[in-house]
Amino acid sequence: MSELIKVGMADLKLCPKDQGITTLGLGSCVGVALVDKITRQGGLAHVMLPDSTAIRNNTNVAKFADTGVAELVRQMEAVGAKRSRMVAKIAGGAQMFAFQNNSALVKVGERNVQAVKAKLREFGIPILAEDTGLNFGRTVEFFPATGDYVIKAVGKPVKTI
Amino acid sequence: MAEFNLDNVDNMYFDVLREIGNIGAGNAATSLAKMLSTKVDMKVPRVELLDFKEVGDAMGGAEQIMAGIYLAVDGDIHGSIMFLLEEKSAHVLVSKLMGGMSMGEHEGFDEMETSALKEIGNIITGAYLNSLSELTKLTIVESIPDLTIDMAGAILSVPAVEFGMVGDKLLMIQTSFTDDVDLNGYFILVPDVPSYGKLLKALGVMQ
Repeated sequence: MSELIKVGMADLKLCPKDQGITTLGLGSCVGVALVDKITRQGGLAHVMLPDSTAIRNNTNVAKFADTGVAELVRQMEAVGAKRSRMVAKIAGGAQMFAFQNNSALVKVGERNVQAVKAKLREFGIPILAEDTGLNFGRTVEFFPATGDYVIKAVGKPVKTI
Repeated sequence: MAEFNLDNVDNMYFDVLREIGNIGAGNAATSLAKMLSTKVDMKVPRVELLDFKEVGDAMGGAEQIMAGIYLAVDGDIHGSIMFLLEEKSAHVLVSKLMGGMSMGEHEGFDEMETSALKEIGNIITGAYLNSLSELTKLTIVESIPDLTIDMAGAILSVPAVEFGMVGDKLLMIQTSFTDDVDLNGYFILVPDVPSYGKLLKALGVMQ
Protein backbone atom coordinates (compact mmCIF):
# COMPACT_ATOMS: atom_id res chain seq x y z
CA MET A 1 0.00 0.00 0.00
CA SER A 2 1.40 3.38 -1.00
CA GLU A 3 1.56 6.12 1.56
CA LEU A 4 -1.70 7.79 2.55
CA ILE A 5 -2.50 11.29 1.32
CA LYS A 6 -2.50 13.64 4.33
CA VAL A 7 -5.14 16.24 4.97
CA GLY A 8 -4.33 18.89 7.60
CA MET A 9 -6.61 20.87 9.86
CA ALA A 10 -8.90 23.19 7.89
CA ASP A 11 -7.78 21.49 4.70
CA LEU A 12 -9.21 19.27 1.95
CA LYS A 13 -7.78 17.00 -0.73
CA LEU A 14 -8.83 14.59 -3.46
CA CYS A 15 -7.94 10.91 -3.43
CA PRO A 16 -7.73 8.67 -6.52
CA LYS A 17 -9.50 5.33 -6.27
CA ASP A 18 -6.37 3.23 -5.82
CA GLN A 19 -5.04 5.25 -2.89
CA GLY A 20 -5.97 6.09 0.70
CA ILE A 21 -6.38 9.45 2.41
CA THR A 22 -6.09 10.36 6.08
CA THR A 23 -6.47 13.15 8.58
CA LEU A 24 -5.00 12.89 12.08
CA GLY A 25 -6.44 13.81 15.43
CA LEU A 26 -9.93 15.11 14.68
CA GLY A 27 -11.29 16.75 17.80
CA SER A 28 -14.32 18.99 17.45
CA CYS A 29 -13.52 19.14 13.74
CA VAL A 30 -15.34 16.86 11.31
CA GLY A 31 -13.76 14.64 8.65
CA VAL A 32 -16.06 14.45 5.63
CA ALA A 33 -15.24 11.62 3.22
CA LEU A 34 -16.90 11.60 -0.21
CA VAL A 35 -16.73 9.07 -3.01
CA ASP A 36 -18.31 8.72 -6.46
CA LYS A 37 -19.90 5.24 -6.43
CA ILE A 38 -19.04 4.60 -10.09
CA THR A 39 -15.63 6.21 -10.73
CA ARG A 40 -14.51 5.66 -7.07
CA GLN A 41 -12.96 9.13 -7.10
CA GLY A 42 -12.69 10.11 -3.43
CA GLY A 43 -11.97 13.14 -1.30
CA LEU A 44 -11.66 14.18 2.32
CA ALA A 45 -12.28 17.51 4.07
CA HIS A 46 -11.25 18.41 7.65
CA VAL A 47 -13.60 21.26 8.62
CA MET A 48 -13.40 23.09 11.96
CA LEU A 49 -16.22 25.65 12.10
CA PRO A 50 -19.86 25.30 11.09
CA ASP A 51 -20.69 28.51 9.28
CA SER A 52 -18.55 30.67 6.96
CA THR A 53 -21.14 33.47 6.98
CA ALA A 54 -20.80 33.93 10.76
CA ILE A 55 -17.19 35.04 10.48
CA ARG A 56 -15.60 37.89 8.61
CA ASN A 57 -12.26 36.22 8.02
CA ASN A 58 -13.44 33.39 5.81
CA THR A 59 -10.93 33.18 2.98
CA ASN A 60 -9.98 29.56 3.71
CA VAL A 61 -13.01 27.68 2.37
CA ALA A 62 -11.78 24.37 3.79
CA LYS A 63 -12.14 25.73 7.32
CA PHE A 64 -15.94 25.76 7.29
CA ALA A 65 -18.53 23.01 7.03
CA ASP A 66 -20.66 24.82 4.47
CA THR A 67 -17.93 26.04 2.11
CA GLY A 68 -15.67 23.04 2.76
CA VAL A 69 -18.24 20.49 1.62
CA ALA A 70 -19.14 22.68 -1.39
CA GLU A 71 -15.49 23.02 -2.41
CA LEU A 72 -14.79 19.30 -2.05
CA VAL A 73 -17.81 18.50 -4.24
CA ARG A 74 -16.68 21.10 -6.79
CA GLN A 75 -13.14 19.71 -6.95
CA MET A 76 -14.44 16.15 -7.31
CA GLU A 77 -16.73 17.24 -10.15
CA ALA A 78 -13.78 18.92 -11.82
CA VAL A 79 -12.09 15.51 -12.12
CA GLY A 80 -15.20 13.80 -13.49
CA ALA A 81 -17.16 12.73 -10.42
CA LYS A 82 -20.94 13.25 -10.44
CA ARG A 83 -22.79 14.75 -7.51
CA SER A 84 -25.73 12.40 -8.04
CA ARG A 85 -23.43 9.39 -7.55
CA MET A 86 -21.64 10.69 -4.47
CA VAL A 87 -22.02 9.16 -1.02
CA ALA A 88 -20.57 10.39 2.28
CA LYS A 89 -19.19 9.08 5.54
CA ILE A 90 -18.45 11.44 8.42
CA ALA A 91 -16.52 11.28 11.71
CA GLY A 92 -15.44 13.64 14.47
CA GLY A 93 -17.36 16.48 16.09
CA ALA A 94 -16.33 15.59 19.63
CA GLN A 95 -16.53 17.83 22.68
CA MET A 96 -12.96 17.61 23.95
CA PHE A 97 -13.47 19.45 27.24
CA ALA A 98 -16.52 19.35 29.45
CA PHE A 99 -16.76 23.11 29.66
CA GLN A 100 -15.88 25.62 27.01
CA ASN A 101 -16.37 29.20 28.00
CA ASN A 102 -16.67 31.05 24.74
CA SER A 103 -20.37 31.11 23.93
CA ALA A 104 -19.72 31.09 20.18
CA LEU A 105 -17.93 27.80 20.62
CA VAL A 106 -20.32 25.90 22.85
CA LYS A 107 -20.96 22.52 21.29
CA VAL A 108 -18.96 23.47 18.23
CA GLY A 109 -18.39 19.78 17.49
CA GLU A 110 -22.09 19.04 17.45
CA ARG A 111 -22.79 22.13 15.36
CA ASN A 112 -20.07 21.13 12.91
CA VAL A 113 -21.76 17.76 12.44
CA GLN A 114 -25.16 19.38 11.92
CA ALA A 115 -23.75 21.88 9.45
CA VAL A 116 -22.02 19.14 7.44
CA LYS A 117 -25.24 17.11 7.35
CA ALA A 118 -27.27 20.14 6.25
CA LYS A 119 -24.86 20.85 3.39
CA LEU A 120 -24.79 17.22 2.25
CA ARG A 121 -28.59 17.13 2.33
CA GLU A 122 -28.69 20.30 0.21
CA PHE A 123 -26.49 18.56 -2.38
CA GLY A 124 -28.56 15.38 -2.17
CA ILE A 125 -25.55 13.34 -1.03
CA PRO A 126 -26.58 10.50 1.31
CA ILE A 127 -24.60 9.74 4.49
CA LEU A 128 -23.88 6.02 4.60
CA ALA A 129 -22.28 5.97 8.04
CA GLU A 130 -21.05 8.23 10.82
CA ASP A 131 -19.00 8.09 14.01
CA THR A 132 -19.52 11.45 15.66
CA GLY A 133 -19.85 13.22 18.98
CA LEU A 134 -18.70 12.00 22.42
CA ASN A 135 -15.51 13.32 23.99
CA PHE A 136 -12.47 11.78 22.29
CA GLY A 137 -10.22 12.47 19.32
CA ARG A 138 -10.24 10.41 16.17
CA THR A 139 -7.77 9.67 13.38
CA VAL A 140 -9.49 8.63 10.15
CA GLU A 141 -8.38 6.84 6.99
CA PHE A 142 -10.56 6.66 3.91
CA PHE A 143 -10.20 4.22 1.03
CA PRO A 144 -12.33 5.22 -1.97
CA ALA A 145 -11.93 1.83 -3.70
CA THR A 146 -13.85 0.01 -0.94
CA GLY A 147 -15.50 2.98 0.76
CA ASP A 148 -13.96 1.85 4.06
CA TYR A 149 -13.67 4.64 6.62
CA VAL A 150 -11.27 3.49 9.34
CA ILE A 151 -11.48 5.24 12.70
CA LYS A 152 -8.78 5.10 15.36
CA ALA A 153 -9.05 6.55 18.86
CA VAL A 154 -6.79 6.40 21.91
CA GLY A 155 -7.46 3.30 24.01
CA LYS A 156 -10.24 2.08 21.73
CA PRO A 157 -10.31 -0.70 19.15
CA VAL A 158 -9.98 0.31 15.50
CA LYS A 159 -13.36 0.64 13.87
CA THR A 160 -14.35 0.54 10.21
CA ILE A 161 -17.59 2.16 9.12
CA MET B 1 -7.75 51.26 16.53
CA ALA B 2 -7.16 48.84 13.69
CA GLU B 3 -8.56 45.41 14.38
CA PHE B 4 -5.91 42.97 15.42
CA ASN B 5 -5.11 40.29 12.91
CA LEU B 6 -2.80 37.37 13.60
CA ASP B 7 -2.14 36.89 9.91
CA ASN B 8 0.03 39.97 9.81
CA VAL B 9 1.70 40.32 13.17
CA ASP B 10 5.11 41.95 13.15
CA ASN B 11 8.39 41.04 14.76
CA MET B 12 7.95 43.43 17.63
CA TYR B 13 4.81 41.67 18.74
CA PHE B 14 6.67 38.38 18.49
CA ASP B 15 9.47 39.68 20.69
CA VAL B 16 6.97 40.86 23.26
CA LEU B 17 5.27 37.50 23.26
CA ARG B 18 8.56 35.69 23.59
CA GLU B 19 9.38 37.89 26.55
CA ILE B 20 6.01 37.17 28.17
CA GLY B 21 6.61 33.53 27.47
CA ASN B 22 10.02 33.74 29.03
CA ILE B 23 8.91 35.44 32.21
CA GLY B 24 5.71 33.40 32.47
CA ALA B 25 7.46 30.11 31.95
CA GLY B 26 10.20 31.18 34.36
CA ASN B 27 7.60 31.78 37.02
CA ALA B 28 5.99 28.48 36.17
CA ALA B 29 9.33 26.70 36.57
CA THR B 30 9.84 28.32 39.97
CA SER B 31 6.39 27.19 41.09
CA LEU B 32 7.08 23.70 39.81
CA ALA B 33 10.37 23.59 41.67
CA LYS B 34 8.66 24.62 44.90
CA MET B 35 5.92 22.08 44.43
CA LEU B 36 8.37 19.25 43.73
CA SER B 37 11.11 20.54 46.06
CA THR B 38 13.69 20.08 43.32
CA LYS B 39 15.63 22.30 40.99
CA VAL B 40 13.88 22.94 37.70
CA ASP B 41 15.66 24.61 34.79
CA MET B 42 13.97 26.10 31.82
CA LYS B 43 15.07 26.59 28.23
CA VAL B 44 14.29 29.78 26.34
CA PRO B 45 10.78 29.33 25.03
CA ARG B 46 10.00 29.20 21.34
CA VAL B 47 7.15 31.29 20.04
CA GLU B 48 5.58 29.92 16.90
CA LEU B 49 2.84 31.13 14.65
CA LEU B 50 1.53 28.08 12.85
CA ASP B 51 -0.76 27.56 9.90
CA PHE B 52 -3.60 25.23 10.85
CA LYS B 53 -2.22 22.69 8.41
CA GLU B 54 1.05 22.55 10.37
CA VAL B 55 -0.54 22.39 13.81
CA GLY B 56 -0.62 18.62 13.84
CA ASP B 57 3.11 18.27 13.27
CA ALA B 58 4.11 20.88 15.83
CA MET B 59 4.19 18.62 18.86
CA GLY B 60 5.75 15.47 17.51
CA GLY B 61 2.75 14.58 15.40
CA ALA B 62 -1.00 14.98 15.59
CA GLU B 63 -1.30 11.53 17.13
CA GLN B 64 1.18 12.17 19.93
CA ILE B 65 -0.70 11.57 23.17
CA MET B 66 -0.77 14.65 25.35
CA ALA B 67 -2.36 15.86 28.54
CA GLY B 68 -4.25 19.07 27.79
CA ILE B 69 -5.26 21.38 30.62
CA TYR B 70 -7.72 24.03 29.64
CA LEU B 71 -8.88 27.07 31.61
CA ALA B 72 -11.12 29.97 30.85
CA VAL B 73 -9.61 33.42 31.37
CA ASP B 74 -11.71 36.32 32.58
CA GLY B 75 -11.36 39.77 34.09
CA ASP B 76 -9.94 42.60 31.97
CA ILE B 77 -9.26 40.18 29.15
CA HIS B 78 -11.38 37.26 27.98
CA GLY B 79 -10.39 34.01 26.38
CA SER B 80 -8.72 30.81 27.38
CA ILE B 81 -5.34 29.34 28.15
CA MET B 82 -4.20 25.82 27.44
CA PHE B 83 -1.18 23.99 28.76
CA LEU B 84 -0.13 20.81 27.00
CA LEU B 85 2.27 18.28 28.35
CA GLU B 86 3.63 15.19 26.64
CA GLU B 87 2.18 12.05 28.18
CA LYS B 88 5.59 10.89 29.36
CA SER B 89 6.35 14.24 30.99
CA ALA B 90 2.93 14.21 32.61
CA HIS B 91 3.64 10.80 34.13
CA VAL B 92 7.00 11.97 35.47
CA LEU B 93 5.52 15.09 37.04
CA VAL B 94 2.58 13.29 38.56
CA SER B 95 4.68 10.59 40.14
CA LYS B 96 7.03 13.22 41.56
CA LEU B 97 4.16 15.23 42.95
CA MET B 98 2.65 12.16 44.51
CA GLY B 99 5.96 11.23 46.08
CA GLY B 100 6.23 7.86 44.37
CA MET B 101 2.65 6.95 45.25
CA SER B 102 1.82 6.71 41.57
CA MET B 103 1.82 3.29 39.98
CA GLY B 104 4.65 4.37 37.69
CA GLU B 105 4.65 3.13 34.11
CA HIS B 106 1.14 2.31 33.06
CA GLU B 107 -1.37 3.35 30.43
CA GLY B 108 -3.45 6.44 31.07
CA PHE B 109 -4.02 8.17 34.39
CA ASP B 110 -6.19 7.12 37.33
CA GLU B 111 -8.44 9.44 39.27
CA MET B 112 -5.82 10.59 41.74
CA GLU B 113 -3.25 11.14 39.03
CA THR B 114 -5.81 13.08 37.04
CA SER B 115 -6.46 15.47 39.88
CA ALA B 116 -2.72 15.82 40.48
CA LEU B 117 -2.32 16.72 36.81
CA LYS B 118 -5.07 19.31 37.06
CA GLU B 119 -3.26 20.80 40.02
CA ILE B 120 -0.01 20.92 38.08
CA GLY B 121 -1.81 22.62 35.20
CA ASN B 122 -3.40 25.06 37.61
CA ILE B 123 -0.09 26.03 39.16
CA ILE B 124 1.74 26.36 35.86
CA THR B 125 -0.94 28.35 34.06
CA GLY B 126 -1.50 30.41 37.22
CA ALA B 127 2.18 31.36 37.35
CA TYR B 128 2.10 32.22 33.67
CA LEU B 129 -1.01 34.37 33.94
CA ASN B 130 0.35 36.09 37.05
CA SER B 131 3.36 37.31 35.09
CA LEU B 132 1.15 38.51 32.31
CA SER B 133 -1.05 40.30 34.79
CA GLU B 134 1.93 41.98 36.46
CA LEU B 135 3.41 43.06 33.16
CA THR B 136 0.19 44.51 31.83
CA LYS B 137 -1.41 45.66 35.09
CA LEU B 138 -4.55 43.95 33.86
CA THR B 139 -6.74 41.86 36.13
CA ILE B 140 -6.74 38.26 34.92
CA VAL B 141 -8.87 35.61 36.59
CA GLU B 142 -8.68 31.95 35.67
CA SER B 143 -11.36 29.30 35.95
CA ILE B 144 -11.15 25.77 37.37
CA PRO B 145 -9.00 23.60 35.08
CA ASP B 146 -10.40 20.92 32.84
CA LEU B 147 -8.24 18.02 31.68
CA THR B 148 -8.25 15.77 28.63
CA ILE B 149 -5.74 13.13 27.63
CA ASP B 150 -5.90 12.47 23.92
CA MET B 151 -4.17 12.99 20.58
CA ALA B 152 -2.42 16.35 20.23
CA GLY B 153 -4.40 17.21 17.11
CA ALA B 154 -7.73 16.62 18.81
CA ILE B 155 -6.80 18.66 21.89
CA LEU B 156 -5.39 21.44 19.74
CA SER B 157 -8.60 21.62 17.75
CA VAL B 158 -10.10 23.43 20.74
CA PRO B 159 -7.81 26.50 20.69
CA ALA B 160 -7.57 26.19 16.89
CA VAL B 161 -11.31 26.72 16.63
CA GLU B 162 -10.96 29.83 18.77
CA PHE B 163 -8.13 31.11 16.59
CA GLY B 164 -10.19 30.10 13.57
CA MET B 165 -12.75 32.74 14.45
CA VAL B 166 -10.19 35.47 13.76
CA GLY B 167 -7.65 34.02 11.35
CA ASP B 168 -5.92 30.99 9.93
CA LYS B 169 -3.02 30.70 12.31
CA LEU B 170 -2.41 29.49 15.83
CA LEU B 171 0.05 31.04 18.21
CA MET B 172 1.96 28.72 20.50
CA ILE B 173 4.71 29.07 23.08
CA GLN B 174 6.81 25.98 23.57
CA THR B 175 8.57 25.66 26.90
CA SER B 176 11.01 22.97 27.92
CA PHE B 177 11.60 22.34 31.59
CA THR B 178 14.50 20.27 32.73
CA ASP B 179 14.46 18.35 35.93
CA ASP B 180 16.28 15.02 35.97
CA VAL B 181 14.52 14.47 32.69
CA ASP B 182 13.42 16.87 29.99
CA LEU B 183 9.82 17.91 30.25
CA ASN B 184 8.14 19.42 27.24
CA GLY B 185 5.21 21.73 27.71
CA TYR B 186 3.33 24.11 25.46
CA PHE B 187 1.31 27.19 26.33
CA ILE B 188 -1.44 28.45 24.14
CA LEU B 189 -3.07 31.68 25.18
CA VAL B 190 -6.16 32.62 23.23
CA PRO B 191 -7.49 36.06 24.01
CA ASP B 192 -10.62 37.08 22.11
CA VAL B 193 -10.24 39.87 19.54
CA PRO B 194 -10.92 42.89 21.80
CA SER B 195 -8.56 41.41 24.41
CA TYR B 196 -5.66 41.26 21.95
CA GLY B 197 -5.94 45.02 21.58
CA LYS B 198 -6.04 45.49 25.34
CA LEU B 199 -3.03 43.25 25.89
CA LEU B 200 -0.92 44.91 23.23
CA LYS B 201 -1.88 48.37 24.43
CA ALA B 202 -1.02 47.49 28.00
CA LEU B 203 2.34 46.16 26.83
CA GLY B 204 3.00 49.33 24.88
CA VAL B 205 3.22 47.56 21.53
CA MET B 206 0.16 49.21 20.13
CA GLN B 207 -1.07 52.79 20.56
